Amino acid sequence: MTQPYIRFDKVTKAYGDFTVVEDLYLDIAKGEFVSLLGPSGSGKTTLLMMLAGFEPPTRGAVIVDEKRIDQLPPHRRNMGVVFQSYALFPHMTVAANVAFPLEMRGVPKADRKQLVDRALDMVQLGAMADRKPSQLSGGQQQRVALARALVFEPAVVLMDEPLGALDKQLREQMQLDIRDLHKRLGLTIIFVTHDQSEALTMSDRIAVFNKGRIEQIGTPNEIYDHPTTRFVADFIGETNLLDGTIETSDASGLTLSLPGGKRIRVAAGSNEAAGKTVTVSLRPEKIRLGADAGPSSSSGNSIPATILDSVYHGDHLRMVLDAEGTRLIAKADRRFGDLQPGSKAVASFDPADCWLVRS
Amino acid sequence: MSIACGKRLAAFGLVAPLLLFLVLFFVWPLVTMMSNAVSDPGAGRALPQTAAALSNWDRSSPPTPEMQAALVDDLRTTQDDQLIGDLTRQLNSARSGFRTLMAKTVRTVREEQGAVDLVQVDQRWEDVSFWQAIAAATASPYTDRNLLAAIDMARSPTGEITALPASASANLAILQRTFVIAAGTTLACILIGFPYAMVAASVTGWKRQVMLAAVLLPLWTSLLVRTAAWFILLQDNGLINRLLQTLGLIDAPLALLFNRTGVIIAMTHVLLPFMVLPIFSVLIAIPTNLLPAAASLGAHPLRAFWRVLLPLSLRGVVSGSLLVFMAAIGYYITPALIGGPTDQMISSVIAFYATGTANWGMAGALGIVLLVATIALYVVYDRLSASGTERA
Repeated sequence: MTQPYIRFDKVTKAYGDFTVVEDLYLDIAKGEFVSLLGPSGSGKTTLLMMLAGFEPPTRGAVIVDEKRIDQLPPHRRNMGVVFQSYALFPHMTVAANVAFPLEMRGVPKADRKQLVDRALDMVQLGAMADRKPSQLSGGQQQRVALARALVFEPAVVLMDEPLGALDKQLREQMQLDIRDLHKRLGLTIIFVTHDQSEALTMSDRIAVFNKGRIEQIGTPNEIYDHPTTRFVADFIGETNLLDGTIETSDASGLTLSLPGGKRIRVAAGSNEAAGKTVTVSLRPEKIRLGADAGPSSSSGNSIPATILDSVYHGDHLRMVLDAEGTRLIAKADRRFGDLQPGSKAVASFDPADCWLVRS
Repeated sequence: MSIACGKRLAAFGLVAPLLLFLVLFFVWPLVTMMSNAVSDPGAGRALPQTAAALSNWDRSSPPTPEMQAALVDDLRTTQDDQLIGDLTRQLNSARSGFRTLMAKTVRTVREEQGAVDLVQVDQRWEDVSFWQAIAAATASPYTDRNLLAAIDMARSPTGEITALPASASANLAILQRTFVIAAGTTLACILIGFPYAMVAASVTGWKRQVMLAAVLLPLWTSLLVRTAAWFILLQDNGLINRLLQTLGLIDAPLALLFNRTGVIIAMTHVLLPFMVLPIFSVLIAIPTNLLPAAASLGAHPLRAFWRVLLPLSLRGVVSGSLLVFMAAIGYYITPALIGGPTDQMISSVIAFYATGTANWGMAGALGIVLLVATIALYVVYDRLSASGTERA
């Protein structure tokens, strides 16, 4: 990574005895789209508020562009904030809302109009300039909030669950719009969300928060395919977490004994010692279901299983299996739609798709 | 159809007690007071024939014998001394000298039979101004005399409306003073109430409860008790003056009692809840993230207040001001106890007419003036808030 643009240096935030964020380090590069993902109360919004200046850190430094900013009041930080509930000024027109940051910065009136028009065109709301926020739909209001946070070309754009109040279709459209704006304008965006699919589709990097700490930070791909901890594996997407005892370990991985007695190969953790109990994450879509073990049975794992339940999801079937005492969730291709609960099948998966996670 | 009709009847039956209550205790007294203000106390009833005879008179030529005969007839047929007494008082207030003139005339007319030459009874019956007074009094069962007097006007003997000399009546001055005191109280309530409501809206839990209770508590105490308490506090050696002197802020006690300062202090205290509560209710409805949003967009806290919080809370300020102002213009006890002679408000004038001189007409007329002023204010407020809703 190049020289970080934003740096949280051992930042702690505590309210009395209650620590919300503890000894946190985070570097963000200029032009990066970083999502802060985690359950509510995990400290992600607090981090954003410390960056925006609404909450001072208890300890540690917040550095932007090589300057410490943690003592600056919010109105001198030059950051665009988009709030979950839009926070538009109800007594001003859309244009006046967007012009507000320019007015505060003393931009001459003549230039203001031009900048406002451009910002509103950018979010396709040029025709709504003279309306009041209450006359707009939720999605339009959010786009006004976005235009208002971008019009003064802030150093960083902070978004606090900005799409939480929108319905699914609109949310997906806005996700694409924000991603597009990020690429086109080269914005540095920090995006707080508790929606893992939102984080996966939009971000350059995701920081997964849990109990005031960053559990893992990495690209969406890394986070999804190679979660380092049980929490991350469980929080991002759906997964099977298999606890087992290591029987043997060698150069290509290890052999794990599951509680039901079944042995599986795992292509990781070759340096782990035998006898240790470990957890393996196996994504449901990596499990193949078939009448027999299939062509890759020699190198892979295959467990005979009984189908307990099958739920139709349109593009796939979500199967709950009992694989010799281990409960597995699998996403089956619709070709296996004839597999009814109670029938037998073989679940097979690659050792490379089994990923060791810390508990 | 009949079911719908029955339902409507049942609904009407349910609201009937309330309706009856309103009519009995609100509409009826109001109408009575208003009709008192404009109705004539009895000249028309006492002198029906004179009224008919005078209706064709041009009010400037000398009295004709027909007019005199009609008056004599009326005075003979009207045996109700109470009515004659009312009539005399009314005429006397329009033209002095009527008291003795009437007494003399009535006695003479009742003693003698047949036609009486009134000029023989008293020279004054030749004077046109006495007849003008009778003509004015009997012209119609309604009179604008009280209403005009309430705003320091009167009809001249020939019927034109003219302003009374400043020495004769002070109603307008008192009305003006009423508005000045009410405006001062409203302003003081805004200056204290707005920051107070802001603090109350920004704190939570027990602190907010305590702050609101502190505002509401005085409402549960009698107005008289609160005013009496201020009477004690504001004295020359009262708590406030002594505290200021102990702190060394003043050398001699401030004059706080029996002047306007004291009146406004006490009225502000009494009326503060009506300012704080509307502002508070508007403030807590303002989304909490608007000020952080303004700050993130580069607004200094003062500018954020000026451009965001103040415009959004203006509606509360306006309704609070209206409540306080309307209540303040009707104040009576507080200025009476704490104010000096030049701080009496219009209500004390009304009370003087109503209980002091039993002049219900004047009391009603002043009441109407007050009511009209209040309604005018309300209309202005309504227009303002309606256009506010439109804009929001």
